[in-house]
Amino acid sequence: MTSIHSTSVDNRPYHERYVQGHHWRTADDEFDAAKLGMWLFLATEVLLFAGLFCAYAVMRMLHPEAFSNGSHLLDWRFGAINTVVLLVSSYTMAMSIRNAQLGQFARMKFNLIFTLFCAGLFLFIKLYFEYGPKWSQGKRPGRLFNYPFATDPNEPIWWSVYYCATGIHATHVIIGMALIFWVYIRTVRGHFGPKHYTAVENVGLYWHIVDLIWIFLFPLLYLIH
Amino acid sequence: MTTIDTSRPADHGHDDHGHHGSYLKSRGSIWADIINWATTVDHKKIGVMYLVAVLFFFFCGGLMAILLRTDLLDPIRDTATGVTGGSSFLVFNKPESIGAAGQNYNRIMTLHGAIMVFMFIVPGIPASLGNFFLPLMIGAKDVAFPKLNLFSWYVYLFGALFALWSVGMGGVETGWTFYTPYSSSEAVDHANVVLVVLGVFIMGFSSIMTGLNFVVTVHKLRAPGMGWFDMPLFVWAVYATALIQVLATPVIGITTLLLIFERVFGIGIFDPALGGDPVLFQHFFWFYSHPVVYIMILPAMGVISECIAVHARKPIFGYHAIAFSSLAIAGVAFLVWGHHLFTSEGELAAVVFSALTFLVAIPTAVKVFNWVSTLYKGSIALNTAMLYALAFIFTFSVGGLTGLPLATLATDLHLHDTYYVVAHFHYVMFGGMVIGMMAGLHHWWPKMFGKMVSEPISITGFALVFIGFNLTFIIQFILGVNGMPRRYASYIDEFRQMHQFSTIGSWILALGFLIHLFAFLHSMFKGKPAPANPWGGLTLEWEADAPPDEHNFAHEPLVTHGPYDFDDVVPPHCDPADFPLPEPLPAGAKGHH
Repeated sequence: MTSIHSTSVDNRPYHERYVQGHHWRTADDEFDAAKLGMWLFLATEVLLFAGLFCAYAVMRMLHPEAFSNGSHLLDWRFGAINTVVLLVSSYTMAMSIRNAQLGQFARMKFNLIFTLFCAGLFLFIKLYFEYGPKWSQGKRPGRLFNYPFATDPNEPIWWSVYYCATGIHATHVIIGMALIFWVYIRTVRGHFGPKHYTAVENVGLYWHIVDLIWIFLFPLLYLIH
Repeated sequence: MTTIDTSRPADHGHDDHGHHGSYLKSRGSIWADIINWATTVDHKKIGVMYLVAVLFFFFCGGLMAILLRTDLLDPIRDTATGVTGGSSFLVFNKPESIGAAGQNYNRIMTLHGAIMVFMFIVPGIPASLGNFFLPLMIGAKDVAFPKLNLFSWYVYLFGALFALWSVGMGGVETGWTFYTPYSSSEAVDHANVVLVVLGVFIMGFSSIMTGLNFVVTVHKLRAPGMGWFDMPLFVWAVYATALIQVLATPVIGITTLLLIFERVFGIGIFDPALGGDPVLFQHFFWFYSHPVVYIMILPAMGVISECIAVHARKPIFGYHAIAFSSLAIAGVAFLVWGHHLFTSEGELAAVVFSALTFLVAIPTAVKVFNWVSTLYKGSIALNTAMLYALAFIFTFSVGGLTGLPLATLATDLHLHDTYYVVAHFHYVMFGGMVIGMMAGLHHWWPKMFGKMVSEPISITGFALVFIGFNLTFIIQFILGVNGMPRRYASYIDEFRQMHQFSTIGSWILALGFLIHLFAFLHSMFKGKPAPANPWGGLTLEWEADAPPDEHNFAHEPLVTHGPYDFDDVVPPHCDPADFPLPEPLPAGAKGHH
C-alpha cells in the first residue's frame, strides 16, 4: 500500500517505484502502453519498407532482364553470412531481455555487447565487402552508374533499388546500434530490474524488425534471379 | 450522470499532491513562463502551442490564396501576340512577360497548397483540439506518451522550417503534389524541391507520433467505467484519424525519400529517361494523400457531432452508426487512391477504383443523416458554434455530392483538372475541415481559455465567412464545367466576370477571418469569464475547470452514463443564463434546470 505520509520512492511498493508518468495507474499499464506504442511504430516501419518492396515489384516487372542480371552480380554468400549474423544478434537481444527479467545483469551486459558486435559486423561486411568494391567497379545507382560490362540498358535501376533498400535498412541497423548502446549504458547504471525492463523489451522489438526486414530483403535481392 | 467518486484517492500517491490551479497560470516571470511552455509535457499546453502554430500557417496559406485570387482578377496579356489589356499583379516589374507571371503564380500556388495541406489541415484539428480535449474527454490526466507529444511538436516545427527555408530561396513551382518527372527534372528549382520534400518527410514523423500517441491513449487511459461505446464521438473520430495517420504516413515517408534520392543521386525509379515509372510516384503519393483527405475531415466530423448534440440538447441519433462510420471511412480511405489516376491507368483498374470510390458516400451519408436527425425537434441554440456546425452540413454535403461526378469515369474525363475539381476539394477541405475547426474553436474556446467569445462579433464573422466562401467557390464549379483548367495564371475573356466574382468572394472570406481574429483577441483581453460548463455538455471535459486545472481533474472521474444522455441527465454546473440563445427556451425543454 502506498503510504500517504511519504512520497519517497523507496517507501513505495516495488512495482510502483518505476512508474515514470504520473498519468498511469500502475506500472503494468505503462508497460503495456509502451509496448502497444512500439508495435504500432513497427507497423509503420513495415509499411515504409512495403513501399520499397512495391518499387522492387514494379521495376522488376518493367525490366525483368536487368533485375535478373543484377541479382547475379550480387554474391549470395555475403548475404547469407549477414543473415546468420543478424539472426544470432536477434537471439542475443532476446536473451538480454530474458536476463533482465531474471536479474542476470552480467550476462545481460555480455548479450547486449555481443548484439552490438554482430550489428557492427553486419555493417562491416555490407560496406567493406559489398558496397565498396561494387561502387568502385561502377555498379552505382541511376545516373551515377558506369559499369562497362552491363548487358541491359536498365541495369542502373536495379542498382538504385538495391542501394535504396539495403541503404535504408543499414540506416535502421545504425539507429538500432545507437538504441542498444543506450540500453547498455542504462544497464550499467542499474536502471533495469525484473519488473522494469520496458526499454530493453522495446529496443529488442525494434531490433527484431530490423532482422525481419533483412530476412525479406535477402532472398528478394540475392536469391531470386 | 457524471459523478465524482469520492471514495477514490485524489491521485495515485505520486508526485502531484495538491491543487495546482489553471494550466495557464503564470510562473512569475516572463522567462520562467517561456521555459515552462517550451519544455512542458502537458497535453493542454502542447495543444495550445499547436493551435498557435497551425493558425499561423493558416494565415500564411490564406495570404497566398488572396494573392492568387487577386492576381486572377485580370488575365495576363501577352504583348507579343497582340493581346492587350491589364497586367498581372504577380509579375512584379515585368508586366510583358507571361513566362515570369506563370512562374510566380505557380510558386505561390504550390506554397498555398503545400502549407495548407501539410502544415495546417493535416495537423490542424487532431494536434490542436485533439491534443487538448482527447485526454479530457476520456477522463485521463494526459496522453500516453507526454514527452513524445512535445517532441512531435518540435519535429513539426522543424519540418515546417525546411519548407519555409525553400520559400526564402524562391519557392517551388511543382504544385503541392510534386509530380515526377517534373519535380525530379534537374531544371526545376533543384535545392528548393529537396528542402520542401524533406520538410514533408519530417512533418510525417510528427504526424505518425501524434497518431500513435492517440491510439495508445484511447486504448489504455480511458477513465474507469468508460467502455468503447461510452466515448464521445470526437474521441471516436480522432481515434479513426490516428489509425490512418499511423498506417498511411509511412508511405509518404518512403515516397519523399525516394524523390529526394531521385534528385540528389538521380536513381531514376520515377524518371522515365532512366527507365523508371512516373506513374508509380502517383500511386505512392495518392496511397498516402487520399487517406490524408480523411485525416483532414474525420476530426472535423467528430467536432460537428459534439456541437450538434450539445447545442441541440438532444441525444445523438445513431451513436453507434456514427462511431462505426468513422472507422468505415478510415478503412475505405485506403482503397480509393486510384481515382486520382483515372486518366493514367488501365480501364479495368479505373472501373474498380470508381466503384470503390462510391463506397465512401455511404458512411459519410450515414453521418449527415444522423446529424440532421439529431437536430430534428432539438432545442437548437443558434450560437456561433452551432451556426458553423449547420454550415458544415451544408458545405460538406455540397463537397461530397460534387465528388460523385468526379468518381464517375465518364464525367470525370470532362471535369478532370478543371476548376470543378478545385471547387470540389475546397468545399470538402475548407467547407469541411476549416468550418469544422471554427465550430470546434467556438464550442471549446470557453473551456480552453476560460473566457467567452463575443457572440455578435463572432456571428458577423461567421456570416462573412459563409457568404465569402460560397461566393468564391460555387462560381468555380461553373467555371470548371465550362472548361476553365486549374493551375493556370491566365484565362480567356469569357471567364473574366466569373473570376472576378470569385476573387471578391475571397476578399469577403478573408475579412470574415479577420473579424474572427479580432473576436478571439477581444475575448482574451476583454471577454466575460466563462463558467465551467457554458453549454450544458455532458462529456467529461465539461467537468474540469475552465480553464482546466494543470492535472485536468481534481479527482479521477468515474463514468456512469453516456456522453449524450440529455433525456435523462441534468447537465451539471449548467446555468441557463449563460446560454447566448436568441430567445428564451420553450417551456418543457429537456435537460435544463
